[in-house]
Amino acid sequence: MRYIIALMLAFLPGAGWAEDWEDQLIFNEGAEGPRLRVISSTDTVLFAPLIEEFVAKNPSISVEYLVSGTADINMRVRAAADAFDVVVSSAMDLQLKLANDGYALPIDDIDTPHWAQWHNSLFSFTTEPAAIVINRAAFEGQQVPVTRQMLIEALRKRPEEFRGKVGTYDVRQSGLGYLFATQDARASETYWRLMEVMGGLDVRLYCCSGEMINDLADGTILVAYNVLGSYAAVRAEGKDALEVIFPTDFQTIMMRTALVSNATREPDAAEAFIRHLVAEKSAARETQSSLPPLTSPGGVTDRETIGLNPALLTFLDDLKRKKFLSAWENAVIQ
Amino acid sequence: MTTNPTVSGSLRNRLVLALIGGAAVLAILLFFTVRNYAAQVAQQGQDNILEASVTSILDAAALRDGALEVDIPYAAFSMLSTPSDDRVFYAIFRDGEFLSGYEDLRFAGGLGESDWSFKTGEVREELIRQVSASRTLVGLDRQTEVEVVLGQTQDALSETLDQISRNAAFLGLGFFLLTAALSFWITSTTIGQLNKLTTSVTRRGPQDLSPFKKPVPREMAPLVMSLNSLMGRLDQSLSQSEDFIAEAAHRVRTPLATVRSYAEATLHRVERKENREALRAMVRAIDESSRAAGQLLDHAMITSRADRLERENVDLVELIQELVQRLTPIAEMKELSLCLTGDKSVPYSGDPILIQNAVRNMIDNALKYAPADSIVEIEVTAKPEIKVSDTGPGFLPSEVDRLTRRFERGENAVGTIGSGLGLTIAKDVATAHGGMLVLSNRPMGGACVTLSL
Repeated sequence: MRYIIALMLAFLPGAGWAEDWEDQLIFNEGAEGPRLRVISSTDTVLFAPLIEEFVAKNPSISVEYLVSGTADINMRVRAAADAFDVVVSSAMDLQLKLANDGYALPIDDIDTPHWAQWHNSLFSFTTEPAAIVINRAAFEGQQVPVTRQMLIEALRKRPEEFRGKVGTYDVRQSGLGYLFATQDARASETYWRLMEVMGGLDVRLYCCSGEMINDLADGTILVAYNVLGSYAAVRAEGKDALEVIFPTDFQTIMMRTALVSNATREPDAAEAFIRHLVAEKSAARETQSSLPPLTSPGGVTDRETIGLNPALLTFLDDLKRKKFLSAWENAVIQ
Repeated sequence: MTTNPTVSGSLRNRLVLALIGGAAVLAILLFFTVRNYAAQVAQQGQDNILEASVTSILDAAALRDGALEVDIPYAAFSMLSTPSDDRVFYAIFRDGEFLSGYEDLRFAGGLGESDWSFKTGEVREELIRQVSASRTLVGLDRQTEVEVVLGQTQDALSETLDQISRNAAFLGLGFFLLTAALSFWITSTTIGQLNKLTTSVTRRGPQDLSPFKKPVPREMAPLVMSLNSLMGRLDQSLSQSEDFIAEAAHRVRTPLATVRSYAEATLHRVERKENREALRAMVRAIDESSRAAGQLLDHAMITSRADRLERENVDLVELIQELVQRLTPIAEMKELSLCLTGDKSVPYSGDPILIQNAVRNMIDNALKYAPADSIVEIEVTAKPEIKVSDTGPGFLPSEVDRLTRRFERGENAVGTIGSGLGLTIAKDVATAHGGMLVLSNRPMGGACVTLSL
């Protein structure tokens, strides 16, 4: 009996490790072939159709899907690159830095436009705008804000109603939140005013889009800023209460990217997986997958897709990051 | 007759080889020059961008309350974007102490505002171009040195270089092909001048020793000049020897005539048989010598007339008719008859004296070899052609080529008077008129000599 307890204790760290994941699922578990370990920031619900299609095409491969936050993914890959075969994340800057730092395995001849890949090692497969999501009930009889400026005015008009009921990313925790924030700050001063207003209303800070949407759905918060459009769209379909707004003043559009770990043990399967993602998502057809497809940045007016280029490294610089975070904290945490 | 010259090498090949070889060397030189220059320009381009980027980072450095802030501008890395997505590494140091960026980069510059260092090195198994620069910031209490190192891989650069190399190679190849074609052309025009001279030398008649008058390139003038001078000397010595022969023949003929008349007179007076025999042999020998001398004179005359051929319009039939009439007594003496056949009238433009001389020699030959009581046929046709046939022994086929040379006599001719010049004269006349002399045997026996003009 003691032995068993000791054994359990010995395995506890491993068990604890396993519990660290936000979600963990194995597709095609019985397969005899290689097992692909995919670490991703995308909720399983959204990503599952893509993996199911992949294992249907490659029945010998099983896929272990591990979900974590973008910042956490970055840390884990840097700590143990051989623990994962494919890294999928929405934080383009962290992904680009991984590739730039040599954590990515180059794959030749992937049929994708130049703007949708970097250094043949980082490949984007979705185009997703950041959105403002509001609880319709809170704007009953009011004008729905379609720009950041309108949102600022709406919040200022009824501060008591919105106090403690606005939410956005905690950019210190979320890689994607940080990417959105830095790109917003680059685009317009409005971002800082909005942050100050939201900070004054005791903004709630979230690690991920999913939780924000949950809180929106149950009425904990009424307005969420910089939520991933794709997540919001999935929920908004079912819940008439939510409205997803893509701001008309300017949009920040992110591309979800994937790379093959440099230390992968299954390079062929991992490459096949990336090819599958890119092919599935760049084909301009309706798929069952809930993730939006990859669309050309020039396709729609007033949209600005964040470019895959070394400029993404700028805000990841330690000094720059410290400076930005302190400005952000000054604005938000009052 | 002509001996082939000893050939050593070819002027054309040497020219072509030298020109093409030169073109190849130039093309290769061109390729490397363009490539090197392009490499320098491309590297300069990358250095300029890296320099601008580092400058913008250094400019963003500031001391605030003693703390160093470096607010890297977004453009600093944005401008490093390349078509090949080159990797970027950077590091920021404060007074040599690592502050931010990639720790494995080493600062390689000197200290001071304007000290820039560019070098190519290896970082993370990638060949990178690295720029180091520093800037002094003056704070309230002390100075601080901020140092920035920026490195970038060279994938785009090498791609550009590959492309330029390809283009430079095409350029070099094009240059080479063009020059090669040009060198062939140059060579053939140059050699063409020589060929032209050769053709004009070859085309000349055998007697034509006049100097070359056609213009030639300056470089060939000495050759033509020595050729002309050689021919001048040749002409002179030839005409001297011909004059000498003519003079000698003339000098010999006159005393021979005297000797012959004495011999004839003596023959009439001598009674004894052996003396008469000896005198007859003497007369025959004198005849032979005088005939040879006559033919030598004829030959010399023909040679000089053929050199400066003066054509006049004549009727060949009339001309030959006259000749036949003149020769008929001689033929009758030998109990032979001459028979002229052929066309009624054959107008021709030529030298009548030469043609008569040639035909006379042909008829003489026929008279010599024809058997007694036979007919020598002379046929004049409008081709124009004059054919003299007899019923004698004919030519030996093995000798036909030889017989028209000077002093060559057929084996059948032994015992017949002759100098060996008759057919030579006929042939020379034919050649001077642009025709030829053909020796053949008649199917029924007998020789047939055809002079075609």
